[in-house]
Amino acid sequence: MDLWFSEFHTPDVKHSIRVNRHLYSGVSDYQQIDVFDTPEFGRVLTLDGNVMLTERDEFIYDEMITHVPMAVHPNIRDILVIGAGDGGVVKELTRYDQVNRIDLVEMDPQVIEVCRTYLPENASRLDDERVNIRYENALRFIRRCSEAYDLIIVDSTDPFGPSEGLFTREFYASCCNALKDDGVMVNQQGSPFYRQDAEAMMRSHKRIVNTFPISRIYQAHIPTYAAGYWLFGFASKKYHPIDDLNAKKWSKLGLKTKYYTTRLHIGSFYLPAFLEEMLEEVEYGD
Amino acid sequence: MKQTKILDQRSAPIYEALERFRQLRVVPFDVPGHKHGRGNPELTSFLGEQCVGIDVNSMKPLDNLCHPISVIREAEELAAEAFGAYHAFLMVGGTTSSVQSMVLSSCKRGDEIILPRNVHRSVINALVLCGAVPVYVNPEVDNNLGISLGMCLEQVKKAIKEHPNAVAVLVNNPTYYGVCSDMRSIVKLAHDAGMLCLADEAHGTHFYFGENLPVSAMAAGADMAAVSMHKSGGSLTQSSLLLTGPNVSTGHVRQIINLTQTTSGSYLLMSSLDISRRNLALRGRTVFKRVVEMADYARDEINAIGGYNAFGRELVNGDSVFDFDTTKLSVHTREIGLAGIEVYDILRDEYDIQIEFGDIGNILAYLSMGDRPQELERLVSALADIRRRYQKDPSGLLSQEYIDPEVVSSPQEAFYAAKKSLPLAESAGQVCSEFVMCYPPGIPILAPGERITPQILDYIEYARGKGCSLTGPEDPEIRYINVLTGGENNGSLVQ
Repeated sequence: MDLWFSEFHTPDVKHSIRVNRHLYSGVSDYQQIDVFDTPEFGRVLTLDGNVMLTERDEFIYDEMITHVPMAVHPNIRDILVIGAGDGGVVKELTRYDQVNRIDLVEMDPQVIEVCRTYLPENASRLDDERVNIRYENALRFIRRCSEAYDLIIVDSTDPFGPSEGLFTREFYASCCNALKDDGVMVNQQGSPFYRQDAEAMMRSHKRIVNTFPISRIYQAHIPTYAAGYWLFGFASKKYHPIDDLNAKKWSKLGLKTKYYTTRLHIGSFYLPAFLEEMLEEVEYGD
Repeated sequence: MKQTKILDQRSAPIYEALERFRQLRVVPFDVPGHKHGRGNPELTSFLGEQCVGIDVNSMKPLDNLCHPISVIREAEELAAEAFGAYHAFLMVGGTTSSVQSMVLSSCKRGDEIILPRNVHRSVINALVLCGAVPVYVNPEVDNNLGISLGMCLEQVKKAIKEHPNAVAVLVNNPTYYGVCSDMRSIVKLAHDAGMLCLADEAHGTHFYFGENLPVSAMAAGADMAAVSMHKSGGSLTQSSLLLTGPNVSTGHVRQIINLTQTTSGSYLLMSSLDISRRNLALRGRTVFKRVVEMADYARDEINAIGGYNAFGRELVNGDSVFDFDTTKLSVHTREIGLAGIEVYDILRDEYDIQIEFGDIGNILAYLSMGDRPQELERLVSALADIRRRYQKDPSGLLSQEYIDPEVVSSPQEAFYAAKKSLPLAESAGQVCSEFVMCYPPGIPILAPGERITPQILDYIEYARGKGCSLTGPEDPEIRYINVLTGGENNGSLVQ
């Protein structure tokens, strides 16, 4: 049998993964959810046909979106995670004893249900007593918060689907308002490689630049995402992602990681020339 | 001879005829010249083959809008049934054409017509065309919100008594903001006085299909109604319906429509009316229930932000606000220190949110069958952020929207009279010969034949300063205005 899952990264580029079995397929109120078992990437979760995570490379994304802010801000206790129904981000965050509370806002209960069933390793810490799951529209939830969090992690799907609202000025402004006065927001910022992705990245980065005093981009290499090349945004009211990195303190925690190191932390903020140029246009041009 | 077909609301005769036509692969040696799109590949790739393939001319299997005898007539009959009208005309010139045909069918030169001043420009345009004379019933004004309300019954009675020879009463059902007058009682007053009752229902299509919504003109017994299917009805822009009651001659109205309507009616527009009518008849009740729920939700959320006033049914007072259309999401913004037009601009420029309009004191977000809760969350969050970022002291903001007009001559006389161009600032005291309005909402600040006052000039400059888009005069910059030569006495120059 020759069974493949394919995802269009652009109308002219297709990324395919051989499939052993199609484990789950369902349509929720918001999106189509599928889980595949694959020889190379293990189990793969897709939403509306876009790869969200694979067992094989999820560690890169989850480590980079969590440990970067955790190693900069000196005392993160209250965290809001938006999206991330697969539980991977929460799994990393619960490794920190200092964390007091993790509010997880996911609009689609069916994603969490499916992940609990088919990706139990990933979802394993969703039952941690510090985790509060809220099934709600994130914009609606966050509108009501003020100076409540040290860290907000925006783990959304791409900006062309049901997560569109999480790439808007009104959302970033609400996040800013929901953070304490030294709070940090980290978001997945898409890929800068293909044109349509790059334009969306620039649009949302501009909105963050206009909202937060400090806003920097960092990168990671994630094989199953478009171009294998992914960006994150680090937005903050006070702390600088490199100047305020406390590598010693973080290393003392003794957390074992597969991708993140404090040396890579610094390196990930050094970007290729073409990307620097794109960001310059956004940050200074008008 | 074709078989007698059973027509019910599940059919869409124009749509079905176009589908049959598509199958036939007829060779076109007629207009339009793009020939099913082949001759204009750029257009075809932009609009799609499906779309340009049915952009065809009138022909026997597809009927003719100027004189419908087959599928268009059937579509009109189905529309009439769905809207509870005696007859329905498919219109392809926007609701402007429906309003004008309605007025031109009822009035001729010199006839009086009773109407509120806060009508859409298309109504007064129709008066310019036919030479009828407006008798304005001043709408009540909500001074707090700065918006015009509906007509009080006593005022309508008074106008009818003072102008017993008037031929018709025209009612907005509802206004842009969703305010309804007492339609049933006004119909009765008009009919008792031997006058027709006409309704501008540009913003009221859904009244025919919703639950707990204000009464529709046809249900209230009105004689004609201009219904913007392309607004809440879901059809394509520029498509519209003109509904008539049993006391109106269908043949006469058809003749009036054919005076100004194109002889190349667009099948894109007509099929969109047909399909939308079917959708409303089959599913309208559920659809508009959802829209009302979304609007109610958004109102509560916006009012919870503080500062904004998303107003609704609490305005209802049994007379000038006899009823309120709760699908309209109108928000008074003055208390946060911003004019509605400023909020409108900020929403578009900084949040990529386009709303229907902003005027001096309010914004209106148009909700319809195409809206989803996640977009409403964006709107509400953006309004919350605008308040955080821009809130300021509201004193010094103008609140009044409505200025009582002094009508010196009929719109037609003023429009065609000898005139001269004056700088706007020097025009106080003169009689205006053209329109000045903010668009949208398109309700004239000045109409032809009205006296220009310092208060009106202040209002125009204020609206300009706040960023309203002014339209109407010949001078595109609106720095000059045409006024009648010789002052007020030449209103009768062209008699």
